[in-house]
Amino acid sequence: MHKVLENLRYSKSHEWANLKDGTISVGISDYASHHIGDVVFVDLPEVGRHFNQGEVFGAVESVKAAADLYSPVSGTVMAVNEVLLDTPEALNEDAYANWIMVLKPDNLTELDILLSPKAYQDHCAKEQE
Amino acid sequence: MNEYNRLIFELSKPGRCGVSLPDNDLPYEMDHILPSNLLRQSNTLLPEVAELDVVRHYTNLSQKNFGVESGFYPLGSCTMKYNPKINEEVVANKAFQSIHPLVCVEHAQGLMQVYYETNRMLSSLTGMDEFTFQPFAGAHGELTGLMIMRDYHHSRNDHKRTKVLVPDSAHGTNPASAAVVGLEAIDIKSNPDGTVNIDDLKTHLSDEIAGIMLTNPNTLGMFEKDILVITKLIHDVGGLCYYDGANLNAILGIVRPFDMGFDIMHINLHKTFSTPHGGGGPGSGPVGVREDLIPFLPNPRIVRTDQGYRFEESDLSIGRVARYYGNFQVVIRAYVYLKTLGKSHVSDVARYAVLNANYIKESLKKEYLLPIENACKHEVVFSGLVDKTTGVTTLDVAKRLLDFGYHPPTIYFPLIIKEALMIEPTEMESLETMDSFISIMKQIAQEAISNPELVKTAPHHTPVRRIDEVLAARKPILRYQDHSKHD
Amino acid sequence: MFKYFPHTESDIQKMLDTIGVKEIDELFLDIPRALLQDRWPDLENSLSEIELRQRMEKIAAKNKRLICFAGAGTYDHYVPSIIAPLVSRQEFLTSYTPYQPEIAQGTLTYIFEYQSYMTSLTGMDVSNASMYDGATATAEACLMAVQDKRVPRILLAETLDPAVREVVQTYAKYRNIDISIVPMNDGITDRNALQEMVQQPFSAFVTQTPNFFGIVEDHSEYEQLIHANQGLLIMNVDPSTLAVLKSPGEWNADIACGDAQSLGIPMHFGGPHLGFLCAKEKLLRKMPGRIAGMSKDVDGKRAYVLTLQAREQHIRRDKANSNICSNQSLMALWVTIYLSIMGKRGLQQVQESSMKNAHYLYEQLIASGHFKPVFSNPFLFEFVLQTDLDIKDLQKRWMEAGFQGPVSLSGFDPRWLLFCATEQRTKAEIDAFVKAVEVAK
Repeated sequence: MHKVLENLRYSKSHEWANLKDGTISVGISDYASHHIGDVVFVDLPEVGRHFNQGEVFGAVESVKAAADLYSPVSGTVMAVNEVLLDTPEALNEDAYANWIMVLKPDNLTELDILLSPKAYQDHCAKEQE
Repeated sequence: MNEYNRLIFELSKPGRCGVSLPDNDLPYEMDHILPSNLLRQSNTLLPEVAELDVVRHYTNLSQKNFGVESGFYPLGSCTMKYNPKINEEVVANKAFQSIHPLVCVEHAQGLMQVYYETNRMLSSLTGMDEFTFQPFAGAHGELTGLMIMRDYHHSRNDHKRTKVLVPDSAHGTNPASAAVVGLEAIDIKSNPDGTVNIDDLKTHLSDEIAGIMLTNPNTLGMFEKDILVITKLIHDVGGLCYYDGANLNAILGIVRPFDMGFDIMHINLHKTFSTPHGGGGPGSGPVGVREDLIPFLPNPRIVRTDQGYRFEESDLSIGRVARYYGNFQVVIRAYVYLKTLGKSHVSDVARYAVLNANYIKESLKKEYLLPIENACKHEVVFSGLVDKTTGVTTLDVAKRLLDFGYHPPTIYFPLIIKEALMIEPTEMESLETMDSFISIMKQIAQEAISNPELVKTAPHHTPVRRIDEVLAARKPILRYQDHSKHD
Repeated sequence: MFKYFPHTESDIQKMLDTIGVKEIDELFLDIPRALLQDRWPDLENSLSEIELRQRMEKIAAKNKRLICFAGAGTYDHYVPSIIAPLVSRQEFLTSYTPYQPEIAQGTLTYIFEYQSYMTSLTGMDVSNASMYDGATATAEACLMAVQDKRVPRILLAETLDPAVREVVQTYAKYRNIDISIVPMNDGITDRNALQEMVQQPFSAFVTQTPNFFGIVEDHSEYEQLIHANQGLLIMNVDPSTLAVLKSPGEWNADIACGDAQSLGIPMHFGGPHLGFLCAKEKLLRKMPGRIAGMSKDVDGKRAYVLTLQAREQHIRRDKANSNICSNQSLMALWVTIYLSIMGKRGLQQVQESSMKNAHYLYEQLIASGHFKPVFSNPFLFEFVLQTDLDIKDLQKRWMEAGFQGPVSLSGFDPRWLLFCATEQRTKAEIDAFVKAVEVAK
């Protein structure tokens, strides 16, 4: 069973977005962190770079796989979680506590396109079939 | 196998040496010739070890390895056939080893003859009109072939062809090579039997297609029956067809890629033509083309004139993809192998390779899940164990095989088959070898049910057991200088 | 019946019975009949080993081994006798890439040693397990730099081997990377020209040491200019010379690449040689190719394994750092054994002896009156001289005397010749070589 937090919005590609004080923090869901296996490296974006909604902003690597990360909304990177450089396994331990980047969003209405927690649960259930 | 576990640096002791060079009394000093700001100040890791200890060290290391002569090596897609010793004897001749590549051609006629005649033999077998030997490996050949494809279109003022079609069953080098030459790889879906889904293919056809990259038989060992339909569809939209020769062992001397509609292709000499894999290289990936594409081949080409063999350059060439002419020592081994087979035996290679693979397929299909019932070609892909109830994976089966002195088959490739286990016996293996392998595979399938822990924790009898790959990736130690970072 | 096919009639019958077909041909019924081919014009009948040996002797006799005074990227250095027997052990020669590390610790250990040697010699932090040759390694280094800096422009020194430049240009063409050549002055990079060219954004500058003309350049000003302008410094280097020359790391370069044929690999008529690629730690994730790392097994034993594979083609496919799969692994073993047996002293002696022979040759050639120096900058064991003699005739005389003469640099100037002398040359050979110039002027 994977965890889905109530206060977040989710993308179909398993990223979560959390709106707080006008900024959006981004991470990967519990489902994703289980799927990829032991995380060995997180490819973080540069602070200051801009990404459109759906654009690849980084990657999460395990020993045998690499998964691209897609930006859930458009925005400019304000901060990246450097803890993940030394302890990438933190994403396996708690995917929600360990954010990957914080964006200054271009357009908050983009959040409406993302999935609600329930819709995301259903999406994951369908994927597992 | 050996328990030896040293590094050469750990054998070093000040005051030892491994070579003696002649004295040179000429009156020149390094620090008079070169100012000190150009000279090295820091130390190097170069050790001080006596000759015997160097020889023992590498001999002991070799005994921790498994080669084709150690035992059965059924790595699917790699064609691990025997590397004949006569090939090695020939390349050891100093007249082939010790010639400078820029020597004047008059004194390299023998070397150039080998290149030229191998070119002619490979052309004959494939239907192509000329081969270049500059590419050092299959992936390098793919790159070269795609460069030729791009330049062909540009020469006709056709600049919108930026996409290349690649089946989703393809080897990773195919889309990677496309990316290296600035082409976008478009995935085409496969049918359940692994063949190209022609309906899906049709949806991607347009005048933006530079061409298609295919291997036939495909990575599941299945022959594309509709190959002529596929290549015609690509030609009809003005694209070119590239043949990935990795699976040539299945059709060598039986079908020519040119006849299947291919315009450009590469061959892996280290697969089909018995040249050694060397632990990962050197290989050779010669690229062959149909006649009108010859001008695009890398410069220089080797041609035969009335004055003998010569180098020739073309203005339309894609350029150089290697400093010189390719891996000559690999090409000459292929030459010797081809001369050994001759037209007498060349078409039996595929016949026996396919016979062997089908024998293994039929013998193991009770215990291992066969995703495709049809007769395969030179390799067979299973989808893990039939009985997966105890959670034993393909990886576990592979590791357990190591305990019995076998190199495992290829695992987890192609990506479209879950728990893939790809077995390619090659034509050189005897019935007895295969029967022993089959009985061990059956035994492991049994163990998976009766004693799953034994399989899941395998191997038990190898120089080292399962390695912590997560640690290796999280805290990389990539050289001796950093090894104390461990612990 | 044939020695490479063990199948007897009864073997074949048993297999056909198991498969459930009557003949092998039935396994090929899915091939359209029109495609079946059974004629190969350029193949003759099978040759036995006896006939093959005779044939290959004849072909070998057409190649002439000459005493070599040519360099230009391929060097006639001493090849220790222990290397070939060790490298041709079947466990090294015939094995595959070490994807099953438990039975490939031999291969993985030497790759780890090789990576250690190359980083040590070049003064870099990381090395991969080898590339194809020096030219393609340099091309991939440029692609790495463009991936890192995201500016599609590379500066190449004119003093870089022209054939290496050509390979880089071939790769760059398809990625729309602009290549600018930085002109030379007196055989070294023109510093003022470089200063001007770095005013436009670029990803890296590629320089060679010793350069194509054999000259050892002072890279300190180039390094300052490159880094002050946010570029990467890529040094193409002959690793044998790093026994005595300042390393790329000491020059503060970001990437070191080149060809390691000079580390005891025979000339091989151009291949296989050995491309190498090393870089600073910060570029590790952008490195192409295989990399071996140290780890432990479940019993705590030290063990080596291919690592950081998520960069490679079999996982990343079109997003991989490169398409490279096979490399030149066996040549990496060759070089590793060479460095192990030559050791500190041996490699230094190679360079010192080469330097002495080359400087002696230089002086003797000039003393003959037929050659003039071209450049004033210091060289190690290769140098350029200019002559007004008929070069075709000159090369012919050298050949007749059993020598391979210098490489002609007609691409730069029809009178220029690039001479090389390694530690394998003797004073007597050098004297005879110079004497041959005089015969029948």
